[in-house]
Amino acid sequence: MNFEEHAAKPLLAAAGIAVPESALAATPADAAAAAEKIGPCVVKAQVPTGKRGKAGGIKLAGSSAEAEAAAQQIIGMDIAGNTVEQVLVEAQADIAAEYYACVLTDAASKGPLMLFSTEGGMDIEEVADADPDKIVRLPIDIRSGVDRAATEAALGGIGLGDKTGPVADVLEKLYGVYVNNDADLVEINPLIATGAGDIVALDCKFSLEDSGANRRPELVEKGAPEKLTELETRGRDLGLRYIELDGDVGVLANGAGLTMTTMDVVRHYGGEPANFLEIGGEAYTLGKPALELVLSNPNVKCLLVNFCGAFARTDVMTEGIVNAWQELKPTLPVFFTIHGTNEDEAIALVRDRLDMEPYDLMDDAVKAAVAAASGENP
Amino acid sequence: MIVKKHERVLIQGITGKQGSFWTERMQAYGTNVMGGVNPRRAGETACGVPVYASAVEAAKDGGFDVSAMFIPPMLAKDAALDAIEAGAKGIVCLTEHIPVQDVMYFLAAAREAGCWVIGPNTTGVVTAGECFVGFMPVFEERVFRPGDIGIVSRSGSLGTLVCMKMVEAGFGTSTFIGIGGDPIIGSTTLDALKALDKDDRTKGIVLIGEIGGEMEEEAAEYAKGMDKPIVAFIAGAASPPGKRMGHAGAIVMGDRGTYASKRKALEAAGVVVLDTPSLVGEAMREAMG
Repeated sequence: MNFEEHAAKPLLAAAGIAVPESALAATPADAAAAAEKIGPCVVKAQVPTGKRGKAGGIKLAGSSAEAEAAAQQIIGMDIAGNTVEQVLVEAQADIAAEYYACVLTDAASKGPLMLFSTEGGMDIEEVADADPDKIVRLPIDIRSGVDRAATEAALGGIGLGDKTGPVADVLEKLYGVYVNNDADLVEINPLIATGAGDIVALDCKFSLEDSGANRRPELVEKGAPEKLTELETRGRDLGLRYIELDGDVGVLANGAGLTMTTMDVVRHYGGEPANFLEIGGEAYTLGKPALELVLSNPNVKCLLVNFCGAFARTDVMTEGIVNAWQELKPTLPVFFTIHGTNEDEAIALVRDRLDMEPYDLMDDAVKAAVAAASGENP
Repeated sequence: MIVKKHERVLIQGITGKQGSFWTERMQAYGTNVMGGVNPRRAGETACGVPVYASAVEAAKDGGFDVSAMFIPPMLAKDAALDAIEAGAKGIVCLTEHIPVQDVMYFLAAAREAGCWVIGPNTTGVVTAGECFVGFMPVFEERVFRPGDIGIVSRSGSLGTLVCMKMVEAGFGTSTFIGIGGDPIIGSTTLDALKALDKDDRTKGIVLIGEIGGEMEEEAAEYAKGMDKPIVAFIAGAASPPGKRMGHAGAIVMGDRGTYASKRKALEAAGVVVLDTPSLVGEAMREAMG
């Protein structure tokens, strides 16, 4: 779960990292009022995505009239699929140097990784490609936390000079933000040194890790909710992971791996899946709401049911689908392929109650479904 | 991480619904379950074996080699640390939705102690015909028949399908290693591949990957130097980027973790990469010559 800047920065401030004075505004008038109080400011679009500056979502304003005009332009703007609803009006800073600082979860070292660069304000991937020597990479043992001596040695090594101590302070606090809030990523870009020598965070990106979020309800309230379609929201409320796609072959399978594979094989045979929906794991008894969900997508021309159960019993999942099918009486064609635990009972259910023969080969079921979606008679 | 019949297995969470259900199946298949853990039921018996207050207590009473964790996500870190402190050689962590920072914590402790970890969020490991730790349909003869094909999978459901396809094609399984669907896991595709490379029973390998992360690319480097034939399927070719596809680890970020990158790396290493898992049996027959 990503946080917008205005929700992320208080986490920095709470850890003792300096941030400029700011106020959130939802209208140009509010932005003007905030600028009146703050003085020369930056008006920044609040969206849970990067590259706001390049999209024109960040503007300098020397007066409240300029702040109002900037907010007028920015509010309502679309940035990477997000409509800007609010701007952050933030005091301008006296920038002497720009840095980059970040703590993230690193799959390669299976631990937190701290990154710091003297090339702030730029995309870190670009710096990594062009100038890898300007990036300090410090893997952290999560059991003991930041190694202050190693951090200072590394910062000294890239020429931070008298800023080494103050920056190391901020990095230690930044790690605190990461580890005390179940973050996946917390990034400051740019982190600046002011003319007076203070170290200040001008931006912040914070991402809450999904499983850790289960023990951080107070943080979940502050994050930007994932953008979901109406059907995806319905799925989430039912406890089902449903992702709407562009195709017309409805897919219902169990387990993440098998569901992705079913989509892949649909595409391999020339079709396009209409959705991702898995009902394995704890959701394996939810056959009926799952079927209703898939069929609610008006683009769906046929349904492909692929069960391969180990832990999830295929007869339980199939019974849910068969019950729902008899109740909802859909008119579109359906194709079953069922393997694994209690498959004989599951196949018998389809035969006896729907008068249909499941396909023995997954690929044959997929081919039939693709043909049906393209209007051919199976 | 290939569990053998003589190795003693401890079940953390043995008295829970899933714990007891699968412990009985493990015992019936031949797994040497020496005991279980539940601090509130210490001194009792469950599934015919003693229940201990902790893994450390179990270690004092005859000891164990491998622990299987049927533990709720928020308690998993402490349970894993208990098993590590008790001297576990390996841990099979079946739990899903463990906070990633907790996972990193106990993985760091395990690494230092020289303890291997499978998972989290895995269906477990099977040494066909000998024993299994986790929840796999080992009793289904159409799924598991002892043989000489080693299988590595990030997914339980797809792994099951591939096992079936191998049996249909006349093959059997030596060892199935479910590495799990989380972004941070103990044993990676590479670790599992190395274990199967060293395993005398394994003559050929099926590698079942997924979009997300860089484990398949890393394994491909090692595969270049291997003599045993490898057939692979990578799930997620038709998945849109930026979305988590059911597994927390199955997500493409920018140009990292893509299907194309994994396929390219594996093919460059001489691995046969399939468009559909249904062809895995024929492909293996061809690869084995």
